Amino acid sequence: MNAPLILDRRRVLAGGGALIVSFSLTSAFAQDQAPAATPPSKPPGSLAATAYLDSWIRIDADGSITVFTGKAELGQGFRTAFQQIAAEELDLPFESLKVITADTKLTANEGYTAGSRSMQDSGTAIQNAAAQVRELLVAEAAKRLDLPAENLRTENGAVISPDGRRLSYGELVAADMLHVQAQPKSRLKDPATLKVMGQPVRRVDIPAKVTGGGVYVQDMRLPGMVHARVVRPPSYGAQLTECDSSAVEKLAGVVKVVRDGNFLAVVAEKEFQSIKAMNALSSAAKWKESASLPKQDDLLNVLMHLPSQDSTIFQRSDPSVSRGKTIEAIYTRPYQLHGSVGPSCAVAQLVDDAMTVWTHTQGVYPDRQAIAEMLRVPPASVRLIHVEGSGCYGHNGADDAAADAALIARALPGRPVRVQWMREQEHAWEPFGPAMVTKLKASLDSNGKIADWHFDVWSNTHSMRPGGAGSMLAAQHMAQPFAVPAPRPLPLPEGGGDRNAIPIYTFPNAQVVHHFIPAMPLRISALRALGAYHNVFSIESFMDELAGLADADPVEFRLKHLEDQRGRAVIEKAALGFEWKSGQKAPQDRGFGFAFARYKNLAAYCAVASEVEVNRETGRPRLVRAVAAVDSGQVVNPDGLINQIEGAIVQSMSWTLYESVTFDDTRITSIDWQTYPILRFDAVPESIEVHIIDRPGQPFLGSGETGQGPTAASIANAIANATGKRLRNLPLTRKRIKEAIDA
Amino acid sequence: MMTLKVNGREHQVDADPDTPLLYVLRDDIKLNAAKFGCGLGQCGSCAVIVDGKAILSCITPMVLLEGKQVTTLEGLGSVSEPAPIQRAFIEEQAAQCGYCIPGMMMRAQALLLKNSKPTDAEIRAALEQHLCRCGTHMRILRAVRRAARLMEAADASSTTNRSAQ
Repeated sequence: MNAPLILDRRRVLAGGGALIVSFSLTSAFAQDQAPAATPPSKPPGSLAATAYLDSWIRIDADGSITVFTGKAELGQGFRTAFQQIAAEELDLPFESLKVITADTKLTANEGYTAGSRSMQDSGTAIQNAAAQVRELLVAEAAKRLDLPAENLRTENGAVISPDGRRLSYGELVAADMLHVQAQPKSRLKDPATLKVMGQPVRRVDIPAKVTGGGVYVQDMRLPGMVHARVVRPPSYGAQLTECDSSAVEKLAGVVKVVRDGNFLAVVAEKEFQSIKAMNALSSAAKWKESASLPKQDDLLNVLMHLPSQDSTIFQRSDPSVSRGKTIEAIYTRPYQLHGSVGPSCAVAQLVDDAMTVWTHTQGVYPDRQAIAEMLRVPPASVRLIHVEGSGCYGHNGADDAAADAALIARALPGRPVRVQWMREQEHAWEPFGPAMVTKLKASLDSNGKIADWHFDVWSNTHSMRPGGAGSMLAAQHMAQPFAVPAPRPLPLPEGGGDRNAIPIYTFPNAQVVHHFIPAMPLRISALRALGAYHNVFSIESFMDELAGLADADPVEFRLKHLEDQRGRAVIEKAALGFEWKSGQKAPQDRGFGFAFARYKNLAAYCAVASEVEVNRETGRPRLVRAVAAVDSGQVVNPDGLINQIEGAIVQSMSWTLYESVTFDDTRITSIDWQTYPILRFDAVPESIEVHIIDRPGQPFLGSGETGQGPTAASIANAIANATGKRLRNLPLTRKRIKEAIDA
Repeated sequence: MMTLKVNGREHQVDADPDTPLLYVLRDDIKLNAAKFGCGLGQCGSCAVIVDGKAILSCITPMVLLEGKQVTTLEGLGSVSEPAPIQRAFIEEQAAQCGYCIPGMMMRAQALLLKNSKPTDAEIRAALEQHLCRCGTHMRILRAVRRAARLMEAADASSTTNRSAQ
């Protein structure tokens, strides 16, 4: 994460002399689990960094109320959840609110929309801000009515006195009333009385999405807008040696060819003209390439032999425990794609030295910093506005497209420039989810319990997100290029390559070592769940191998090693929903699998039980059904939560069974859906059930990434159960399963 | 200049004849629903209906559409007056990012026009060309089944209305 940036609006407001009002709260329903003896000194969630209430809630004199979040709606549905939270705490009708999302001119700097943190960061901030705004409005009404605040209630956007007098929020609010800093604690609604939170409110964005509304940045049409296409190098590091663009410039509709070092783009009046011009320009460009890529079929050795920085991130020892049978195993994961269905897109416009970029980035503030650095202008002269794109699942081409648009728009002052990446560009140039290797070794004691546990993980960083210009392709390709920033491991407890590397289970002896590899042979960054996908796949596969060694039922074996009560409840719920029984036998050619994790060991809990069918002739696997249980703390929108978990199961299944980036010694060769196949409808399960364990009054834990790891291991365990063969190299393809069966 | 019939209206389009329909719909006629996903006919995001059949607009040159009826998602209904297929997707909350959904809906609409009671296997087969990356497939399947029921109910009520008149 980058150093906090100065908010323009905040600076202006602070200069105006802020009115700081403090008000005390008694018997607050704290969402904080900290012991009561040590009250928190800072307000919770993103309020800690952006404390002014009017950064989150604005009430205009006409009574209209706006909620602000610095997070970006990526299709997770949190715009709706945030609206529910604010409506609940402010006692307003759900429909009466408007939610504004990430915009460097309007909203707080909440960094990236990542790590399943939107609910806990922004949802918590909005909840507490809304509750405190309500208190301020009640206090103002008490003053005006000369009544004790305790005698007043709020309803439908107004404060109401016992004798029925009604003061609307719009009447009550005065100029600076909400420009006060949030208190550490809020008087939140009693979870037992909630009316809007906890309800499966329909998503506010879906009607426009199913009727052709202009929802996405791809749909933007600004007056005078032109269409740009970039001609990317054919491979990493390729140098543009020759490019006679004179013929291209004469093509119909072509406005300009933009060249800056190895950055090459063409702008045309109409979209298809820009594509034709891109093809012509691509033919005219001559590149010098170098063979720099590692061997795709030997990633295990490639990764384990690159220099690494090793650190022991967990150690526990109890020499008194005896060690019996020992097994070890190595698991691998290839590079994998985000694979957004809509390739990245951005619109930029330079007007009077002020650059505005409409983008589906996950971080408007860090991306603004990067674009300003690339353009060598002050960040204050650049505004980034988030507009939805196709789902991203992490750091895809969004930030790069934003940089492309800004660089091209600089060359065409005044004209809005829309840059649309082609499918092949998104596939070849997005930063991939990093390849990983894990090595596990464990022993059982005489009672069949795990006596010791060794876990080693080799991985790159899992975030090369901007903040610095050098993270973006356009800045790397310019004549005066910006160097790619040095990669850093992401710090624990959340971690990056070591995310979820520390087991949640209790073992008397355990050691976990993170081998951080700075060299990045392929361009990589954050993909949904980061290292947790592979680490949970490895741990939960190995738990099944050990359960087999102990001749124990996989579910019972997990429970035997797990003290966390919420974790146990989730495992039990999934097992019950699946009708898991010890000693069960799956139907012919089918297998049952189970897996569990608590995301980052500090966020949502998720267990997945699955039934997989394997065609023994072809090796083809099919997920028949999955039953999941999830505890994501207090639930705001149960249908939204179910949608996230269903999606996680289906997407993770696709990663797990089919997907790997391919390359030769020079170029990425998986450049479309033919060469990088993903799940299609014939492989969609017959059923997916999601059981929620709601925890009213507990902190929001987020849910976007918790299902990725457990799904992978559950499927691998079911395949092992069906075939008697253990597959440890992702993806678990038809070919690999067939080879294992035939071996 | 070519005349193109889209959603019941005639449009004079000034574009090269080889321009794929997708760009005519988005760039010239300013419609949003048909989406660019791959430009290769591999993902289904750009599907629209031509003379009752779902086609991939990203690989269909405009010149082939002279005299034909093109229908996009905008032509089926609106937020205030959603068509059965649109109601079904809203009621099932069958979207996450929603980018692939218009193409899915047009494919499903074409299926339901021909086959009002498709089996689950027939729905899956029809949608086989379509990719969704968010993993909303279970909801999409449910929404298509619901759309079939809603269309049947709408047909039944319009038949009743006619016979009552």
